[in-house]
Amino acid sequence: MEAKVSEILQRYEPEQSSIIAILQDIQEAYGYLPRETLVEVAQELNIPLSRVLSLATFFRAFSLKPKGKHPIHVCMGTACHVRGAQLVLEKFERELGIKTGETTEDFTFSLDAVRCVGCCGLAPVVMVGEEVHGKVSQMKVPGIIKKYKK
Amino acid sequence: MEEKTTPTRYRLHLMVCAGTACVSNRSFEIKEALEKELKKQGLENEVLVVTTGCNGFCERGPLLVVQPGNIFYQQLTVKDIPYLVEEHFLKGRPVQKLMYTPPEEKKPIPVLNDIDFFKKQVLIALRNRGLIDPEKIEDYIARDGYRALVKALTQMTPEEIIEEIKKSGLRGRGGAGFPTGLKWEFVRLASPANGGLKYLVCNGDEGDPGAFMDRSILEADPHSVIEGMVIGAKAIGAQQGYVYIRNEYPLALKRLTLALEQAREYGLLGKDILGTGFDFDIKVARGAGAFVCGEETALLASIEGRLGEPRPRPPYPAQRGLYGQPTCINNVETWANVPVIINRGAEWFSKIGTKTSKGTKVFSLVGKINNTGLVEVPMGITLREIIFEIGGGIPGGKEFKAVQTGGPSGGCIPKEKLDLPIDYESLTEAGSMMGSGGMVVMDEDTCMVDVAKYFLSFTQDESCGKCTPCREGTKAMLDILERITKGEGTEEDLQLLEDLAVSIKETALCGLGKTAPNPVLTTLRYFRDEYLTHIRDKKCPAHVCRDLNVYTIDEKICLEVGHGCDVCRRNCASEAIIGEKNQPHRIIQEKCIKCGVCYDVCKFGAVKVD
Repeated sequence: MEAKVSEILQRYEPEQSSIIAILQDIQEAYGYLPRETLVEVAQELNIPLSRVLSLATFFRAFSLKPKGKHPIHVCMGTACHVRGAQLVLEKFERELGIKTGETTEDFTFSLDAVRCVGCCGLAPVVMVGEEVHGKVSQMKVPGIIKKYKK
Repeated sequence: MEEKTTPTRYRLHLMVCAGTACVSNRSFEIKEALEKELKKQGLENEVLVVTTGCNGFCERGPLLVVQPGNIFYQQLTVKDIPYLVEEHFLKGRPVQKLMYTPPEEKKPIPVLNDIDFFKKQVLIALRNRGLIDPEKIEDYIARDGYRALVKALTQMTPEEIIEEIKKSGLRGRGGAGFPTGLKWEFVRLASPANGGLKYLVCNGDEGDPGAFMDRSILEADPHSVIEGMVIGAKAIGAQQGYVYIRNEYPLALKRLTLALEQAREYGLLGKDILGTGFDFDIKVARGAGAFVCGEETALLASIEGRLGEPRPRPPYPAQRGLYGQPTCINNVETWANVPVIINRGAEWFSKIGTKTSKGTKVFSLVGKINNTGLVEVPMGITLREIIFEIGGGIPGGKEFKAVQTGGPSGGCIPKEKLDLPIDYESLTEAGSMMGSGGMVVMDEDTCMVDVAKYFLSFTQDESCGKCTPCREGTKAMLDILERITKGEGTEEDLQLLEDLAVSIKETALCGLGKTAPNPVLTTLRYFRDEYLTHIRDKKCPAHVCRDLNVYTIDEKICLEVGHGCDVCRRNCASEAIIGEKNQPHRIIQEKCIKCGVCYDVCKFGAVKVD
């Protein structure tokens, strides 16, 4: 674990302006920001841990809790909203038995509502990992979940 | 500059759209299938497949344009490819059934420029759209790319560049519309503190929901932004630039990073650009998902690695910006306009548009509209032309209700104002704003109270919390709207909403807070009746506010027409429907969670909503 963090830290100048990029890389590598990595970042950049945590909790891209293997992001942009995204999100909540922002117990899925992903032509849009599903309706939700669940 | 990568020996070029929406529609599989099939037919040395940036007509993806000839194919599937390759590219017979046919018409339109969606567009920022491979600098150069940079660096003084931009009338495309040339002049004249440097920033933190102009430009033509920035840097005297780009745009990030490397390799960026002794380089800063970072002072804080919170202005970034030094911030689309103005001249540019707003604007046309996509239109065009001619009107024969511009800072414009010529002033007068270019069309099934609530919950959620009016005020407004959509509102609430809106506008610290009440104010101004129906009759006319909906099943239709098909019961989310096959069904109101699935699945119109 430590090797991964030091490798990330080496990519950047050890200064405050690098911190957001570093946190992004950690988020990408681990799927969340493990507490011990934040301690290392604070030490390496010589800034208080409280400041690292304030950044980690201010920006939406960061999560302090681990996410599921297949993170589900339901787009809540305007185009998706007027085409029924809220209903799609609630259907996911019911099907997965979790609330928005939570992760299933087996860490297979996590569910989040996101801002516009910019595929408005395909609204309502759901992203599972990197894969985009367009024109999603409530009825299509069980099929999408099934696809990723083995 | 050296040879082009696309030798002229190819008979045909197949331009496959690889914008985010088309990629989501698996356009790379189309590309592979094309290459495989061309090889099979022995055409690989005659026909070249090129991946381009966003074509704009996202609704119809995956897209393919055949050059020369501009033949437009749409909604392609991998299965279509063998036939297409054999018929068109081998035998020379274009395939009609894969072409675009306007809704309610029978004859397909083969040529891209003849399609209404493209006909009225004027391309400046998107000049290379669909014509170049964004990952090849040679393609950009072949289309006059970096010519303006050569001109600006070798034949013009900084003052002349600024004068040209000022004369062109170019204004900020990020939304506020500040004159670009004037901003450059301020930064040019400002002196850096303690012998420091001036900075130049490209704001690509496109946060408005329903807007993807900047993403498309960065994906389709990253060099146009880089070229604009180098010219700007020369004009203001900056040596370091930043492009701040949303984390949610991985493809744009990848293409921009590649373009920066290529520009450096070609001596168009970095030390001693074109041997003129001018140094300028660009770094990429990734956003981390905070809407407020689109605000310039918050954006700068976040580049410095601090919390993305705005600070009071003045001092403006032109005086004290990044690291306390004079900083010029312009939006992606603004930068993309710059090379064209330098190339073709301010006079040419200023002939397009209205008295106060020159040139074109890129809009993302989305929502309840037939032709969803990205359009670039001259300023002064009417909303009606955009929505009904370019956009092809509203799907399903529904009635147009409103168009929302300016994202969470803007407002909803009703049908009485459809003939409004678009420019910065006219949109502001209508209570909305130009904004970055999101244009969300709403029809009779959209509830305007819900839309106001949607935007306010967005700004409330994205409020950084630094100033009280925004943090607490938007929350108070949202609470009222929630009451109204639950049928618990009073008429006094409307006055309270207006009072709160005015004080937030006057006292909030930054643009996010100051403009947050706009969606509420415009809907109150144009759609007050809808608010009153929610309050007095406890009804949502568009059946969107679910707490006010009551679903029932017409047992007669259910039995006689649908023969108790049982589909609604099986799909019901909360086991609220009872009934057996061949028997009429019924909804137990206490159990109903009002998800509306039964209404959607009933093919016989037996489920009613009131």
